[in-house]
Amino acid sequence: MSKTNEKLVEIRNLKKYFPLSRKQVVKAVDGITFDIHKGETFGLVGESGCGKSTAGRTILGLYGASDGDVVFKGENIHGKRSKKELKQLNQNIQMIFQDPYASLNPRMTVLDIIAEGLDIHGLVKSNQERIQRVNELLEIVGLNKEHGNRYPHEFSGGQRQRIGIARALAVDPEFIVADEPISALDVSIQAQVINLLQELQDERGLTYLFIAHDLSMVRHISDRVGVMYLGNMAEIATSKDLYEDPLHPYTQVLLSAVPVPDPALERTRKRIEVKGELPSPIDPPSGCVFRTRCPFATDICGEVKPEFQEKKPGHWVACHMHDDRYKDAFEDK
Amino acid sequence: MKKVLEVNNLSVSFQTYGGEVQAVRDVNFELHEGETLAIVGESGSGKSVTVQSIMRLLSMPPAKFKSGSILMNDEDIVTMSEAQMEKVRGQEMGMIFQDPMTSLNPTMKIGRQITEGLIKHQGMSKKDALERGIELLRLVGIPNPESRIHQYPHEFSGGMRQRAMIAIALSCNPKILIADEPTTALDVTIQAQILELLRDLQQDMKTAIILITHDLGVVANAADRVAVMYGGKIVETGTVDEIFYAPKHPYTWGLLGSMPKLNDTKKELQSIPGTPPDLKDPPKGCPFAARCPYAMKVCDTYMPEYQHSSDTQKTACWLLDERAPKVNPPENIFVGGVKEHE
Repeated sequence: MSKTNEKLVEIRNLKKYFPLSRKQVVKAVDGITFDIHKGETFGLVGESGCGKSTAGRTILGLYGASDGDVVFKGENIHGKRSKKELKQLNQNIQMIFQDPYASLNPRMTVLDIIAEGLDIHGLVKSNQERIQRVNELLEIVGLNKEHGNRYPHEFSGGQRQRIGIARALAVDPEFIVADEPISALDVSIQAQVINLLQELQDERGLTYLFIAHDLSMVRHISDRVGVMYLGNMAEIATSKDLYEDPLHPYTQVLLSAVPVPDPALERTRKRIEVKGELPSPIDPPSGCVFRTRCPFATDICGEVKPEFQEKKPGHWVACHMHDDRYKDAFEDK
Repeated sequence: MKKVLEVNNLSVSFQTYGGEVQAVRDVNFELHEGETLAIVGESGSGKSVTVQSIMRLLSMPPAKFKSGSILMNDEDIVTMSEAQMEKVRGQEMGMIFQDPMTSLNPTMKIGRQITEGLIKHQGMSKKDALERGIELLRLVGIPNPESRIHQYPHEFSGGMRQRAMIAIALSCNPKILIADEPTTALDVTIQAQILELLRDLQQDMKTAIILITHDLGVVANAADRVAVMYGGKIVETGTVDEIFYAPKHPYTWGLLGSMPKLNDTKKELQSIPGTPPDLKDPPKGCPFAARCPYAMKVCDTYMPEYQHSSDTQKTACWLLDERAPKVNPPENIFVGGVKEHE
């Protein structure tokens, strides 16, 4: 693995609010801070409505940020800039979408879909070069060149996702945001796509932000994982640390809820219960956003918003239980 | 245990402009009181068509029963009239669908949707039915059922809607509950709650459950027995332990191998190359032969018979024939890398 600690993307206190009416806003992402290192896969997990997809799209610049910065190789993505600069930036950042049925234009041939980025960025000089480049890309993702003249509806879900990957690779990006790239696929096809993504990373030193709700797949592919809850980052750690020693109660709840494909283990395993349902991001709880469902919550959790602290090297958590200042508040728990 | 359902040689086809799609081909299984049978397989393997045939929910045409029988209390569902079926649905069998957003009627209050079956099948008065409805909502863990019952589905969250669906499906104490991907649209924490709820209710009511899912974690959590479907056929069936710890069919091996394991990081997942067969023109022999790394000449031309490796496990694969070379399953398919039953 070509893993380094060099920061490729720095996300600083990123916020994305969507206005509902004059008085109400949905705080989809409410101040998250983390780095993505060059050559790594950063997994972003959480339940629906936690803001992980919004975070991904805001990092990419598909949504303008309400506050905070996204710095890609020293450049602020959300800073004011000319169209030309933006174009250059976009060439370095690409996205793979969840739904391989909705994210390919049904009226374009696969050749044109994949070549669109090449055309926009003027990366090919002649039609012959264009076809040759697309054929190469098709081969890289495990399709063959005859597929170029077909339309998306002629392909299965797994094949379409390969086309989506080829499209993202066409402009030779450094950073790819993959938003639930395998959720719509069958198990055996999921493995094919995951293997392909890993192969490409090994060959080209790509950096991924991998957004998913399937925790076991995220563990498999990610070097580091961030857990989001209601627009906030609850915990960040290497995937080994996070899965073996989760610190945040929400991470513990989430991990214990995932059924393991081992019947003997499933019969004995205890699940950590959560109370109630996800609060509304329009009016999130005061203090810690998880306190309304947390089995350990005490008064302090409603009063002070927990800080994101590094408990062990590389293992960050936002929870008063792990904050030395508030140790006493949890003594009797 | 008492047998509540017996599916014999069931074949179901769809007439399309492109030709006849043989979605379910010669499927056999039985279901016992109080057990959970999981049917697993990829999309297009015929698992949903199988259970929809049992409920007779397929519109005919284009669907057509080609052969076989579905016996419940010695009566054949295949030949029942629509009037008889209306008594069976709700009364004898309940169904939960994948998407609780679209399977509840958005224009009807939850209360009316729950009481519908009670009034129709059990002849309850409106008032009694409403009371029973509130009881059912409480049973499935919906807080404040007295006020919730007067609400519309859009006022419920996804997990609550699925709970309401379960309450409706169980309202008349059916002997059989069919759950078609009941937790696929839900978050993991809600999924865990729903699976637990189903298990508790099953213990109280002795309901037999057919669970359709593609998530092997859910299978390990909830199932007693497993049927693995591929290309419209059941290729292997056994107890949940047999399927996970001593699988015999290469397709089952492939399914298990594609799951990320607990203690591997960044190793390549074992994937199944290729795509499922076209059921408009299904292969003459084993449907998995084209993708099977162990396929022999015979696999392309003849469908293998079931070979019994125990009272409960049977597998349709030529590798188990005594003339075939002995093949061991790949090491890396076993959960946690440990082979407990070898």
